[in-house]
Amino acid sequence: MTTAERAGTAATVDTPVLAVRDLSVSFPTETGTVSAVDAVSLDLAPGEIVGMVGESGCGKSVTAMSIAGLLPGSARVSGSVRLNGTELVGSRESALRRVRGKEIAYIFQEPMTSLNPVLTVGRQIGEVLQIHERMSRRAARARAVELLTLVGIPSAARRVDNYPHQLSGGMRQRVMIAMAVACGPKVLVADEPTTALDVTVQAGILQVLRDLRDRLGTSILIITHDLGVIADIADRVVVMYAGRVVERAPVTDLFAHPYHRYTAGLLSASPTPGRHAGTDRLQEIPGLVPVLSTQPDACTFADRCPAADSRCRDSAPPLEVVGAGTTDHLAACWHPCPSPRSPIEEVNR
Amino acid sequence: MARYLLTRAWQSALTLLLSTIVVFFGVRALPGDPALALAGEDRSPEALEAIRRHYGLDQPLPVQFAQYVERMAQGDFGVSIRTGTPVSSMLTTALPVTVELAVLAILLATALGVGAGVLAAVRRGRPAEWVANGLALIGLSVPHFWLGLLAILYLSVATGLFPASGFVPILENPVDNLHHIVLPAVILGTGLAAIIMRQTRSAMLDSLSSDYVRTAKAKGLRPRAVITQHALRNSLIVVVTVVGLQLGGLISGAVVTEQIFGLPGFGKMTIDAVFQRDYPVIQAVVLLTATAYIVINFFVDLLYSVIDPRIRVTGDPA
Amino acid sequence: MTVLTVPMAETGSADITRRMRVLRRLRRNPLAVVSFVVLALAAVIALLSPWIAPYSVDQTDFARTFAPPGSPGHVLGTDDLGRDVLSRIMLGARASLQVGLLAVATSLVIGVPLGLAAGYFRAWDAVISRFTDLLLAFPFLIMAVGLAAIRGASLGNAAVAIGIAQIPGVIRVVRSDTLRLKSLDFVAAAVVDGASDLWVLARHILPNATSVILVQATVAIPAAILGEAVLSFLGLGIQPPAPSLGTMLATAQQFAARAPWAAVLPGVVIMGLALAFNVFGDALRDALDPKGDRR
Repeated sequence: MTTAERAGTAATVDTPVLAVRDLSVSFPTETGTVSAVDAVSLDLAPGEIVGMVGESGCGKSVTAMSIAGLLPGSARVSGSVRLNGTELVGSRESALRRVRGKEIAYIFQEPMTSLNPVLTVGRQIGEVLQIHERMSRRAARARAVELLTLVGIPSAARRVDNYPHQLSGGMRQRVMIAMAVACGPKVLVADEPTTALDVTVQAGILQVLRDLRDRLGTSILIITHDLGVIADIADRVVVMYAGRVVERAPVTDLFAHPYHRYTAGLLSASPTPGRHAGTDRLQEIPGLVPVLSTQPDACTFADRCPAADSRCRDSAPPLEVVGAGTTDHLAACWHPCPSPRSPIEEVNR
Repeated sequence: MARYLLTRAWQSALTLLLSTIVVFFGVRALPGDPALALAGEDRSPEALEAIRRHYGLDQPLPVQFAQYVERMAQGDFGVSIRTGTPVSSMLTTALPVTVELAVLAILLATALGVGAGVLAAVRRGRPAEWVANGLALIGLSVPHFWLGLLAILYLSVATGLFPASGFVPILENPVDNLHHIVLPAVILGTGLAAIIMRQTRSAMLDSLSSDYVRTAKAKGLRPRAVITQHALRNSLIVVVTVVGLQLGGLISGAVVTEQIFGLPGFGKMTIDAVFQRDYPVIQAVVLLTATAYIVINFFVDLLYSVIDPRIRVTGDPA
Repeated sequence: MTVLTVPMAETGSADITRRMRVLRRLRRNPLAVVSFVVLALAAVIALLSPWIAPYSVDQTDFARTFAPPGSPGHVLGTDDLGRDVLSRIMLGARASLQVGLLAVATSLVIGVPLGLAAGYFRAWDAVISRFTDLLLAFPFLIMAVGLAAIRGASLGNAAVAIGIAQIPGVIRVVRSDTLRLKSLDFVAAAVVDGASDLWVLARHILPNATSVILVQATVAIPAAILGEAVLSFLGLGIQPPAPSLGTMLATAQQFAARAPWAAVLPGVVIMGLALAFNVFGDALRDALDPKGDRR
């Protein structure tokens, strides 16, 4: 199945497994409140893989953690996160615990530090089954072996008794995935799952995730700063900047024609096959993601944007449908890129 | 693992040899003729000559050292100058008292220290943490022999709840034994409890903010399970190290505690020996303490490898 | 010259602003301020005690032994020989601080160079580790017992025994900080530029390790003060009639039936001194912690 076909099938499903609406998160600090996420909305259809992309500090991980209420107690979260219609924001800790690991599972960036160094991987996988499926320790261990096989770990029966430090980085991440899918979750949130791994290992991990979606129908929200990963695996993409969603589109549409100036910048900052390395230099976006105490009524990208004018600084652009003949390509930009690709060069002239 | 154990065993043996050399030369550095020091009451020339021959004092140093090690290894620490009894038999009566006191103190301190440390870390920024931190600081700063004095003055003497001094062997009457030893053990344990609490707290704060605890929470574990099965297990490695390292402090503390509560242990024997210039006893005490410290810390390293699989399997300390 | 410009970045102006930030954090921490004031006050009293103590420490008055606190002429009462308790506490605290500083000085003089060497030269690490193990095998009281047996009991011997017992702790923290600093870029840059090992240690590593050494010293002093009290209490430290808080407690134990209050004050003073150092040490550690900014 090609990416386009997958995107097509995913888009036809109307009821999302996970529906995030106007999710905002802020943290009180010594120097005042820091707003990390501002009115983020996104849907995850059954069996869909949505990629969330942005620079570090743009609020991707905070969004991910807030979905299952995993942020520290000091975080102030508002908005709505519905899992099959059930509201998660503001629900009781005990209710959230039943969701975590069973309905919504996580995979984190650092497979070394994310696994407990003093427990065997079998024990760590089995633990999820023991709490959510009330399995005995013995049954959980047997199931752990099956799960390890499922994620492509050779001689799983032996590996189940290994400690994390005895495994390679890629194997550890496979263990993390096995642990995450143990209870057959509806939603898998993968926060930078391949960032800490070698490129060759990366491809294997993405293949495992794709397989799981195809076989178990799990919806996956994959968070990354790597557009290569997005292009490889995602059906749809959400681009975040400074806590806001700035563009949302099926993956092929986004790569073919980014509308938001930030997305355009991101795309030209990553190498793409087919562009001539000698003539087209990779473009760097000048400046850094701002840290905001309050969300201003302005485009937060304005200070780094080559096309910004006074309107961008006076009012925040809404996330609206852009482009012709489609309803699912949205961007929040007053001056969207008019033509497909090479937008930065055009602006720079 | 085998390599790790072999390395540690070899290092411990080397330290043991070095400390024996130190004590051997320490004995040599004692003021006056060592034969005189060893002779005790009978200082006739014949007796001194016999001692010189018996202890090989007329032999070259390396030979003397070899003989010295041989004697010590056989438990021949000589005869007490003051009492005339063999030092080894004095040790057999004194040691059980001290060991019981120390073990009880370690158990109490670990239970209290780990409990309070976990509580302080989990209740970060709340009154429970301030109270635990404050108590730990006081426990670290209070001279525990003074606490012992106050306890005797205001608890034992005033209320009669605990005996002010004395000891009953555990085999004779276990209840009486505990009655005599529990207060000294509590007093001895205060400092250790404070140290364990502070280390546990900081280790727990580290583990609680670690990625694997985040994973455990994301799995849907209850807070209690997150703490006990994930965070605490990793923090225990730190606690074991602390207890091992604080053993020296505990031995020092036991000496004073026994002195205050009049417990007929190793510590009291030591202090009496210092004032009576009972050199064979002092020598035995110093050597035995060093040996005990080294041997116990070797076992602590073994325990490490049980708790921490990274050592057990690869042989590299974490 | 590059060798000079690189350290300037780390130890020059950046260091001054860092120091100011640490001081600012200390000033904002009420516990740090209170403990510092207590320590400053104790230091002033200890320094001036020979002149400001109301009585001479040896002045006996057999007509008035065991006067309780609040007696006219003797605010804190008198002891078994009718000596003024307040005067003896002031001079005893002076002796405590002396032993504390002397012991810590001993441990730093030996421990810092060994810690630097262990962290910097791989070949030395094993040797110094065995030395540390050896020292650890002799707890300070046993060390003091041995020293007392060989050289007799005195304030100096008590301080040396405590100081030697504290060497392993100094070696440990200096060694680990040296290992950390050695891996930093500015040290590597100096090495690449051909700086000698001694130069790197003296100019780059030692100045940057000062903060951990400082923290170690602040927690070692109270331990030494407690150690002195223990040794003097047992008769292995300061010898009577010289005043010491530990010997005062030993006397109080002897006469507990007649004057139970005598056991309270010297202990409170020891604890107060140790507590002030420990609290200040904690505050200093927090203030020096670069991660402390976030909280």
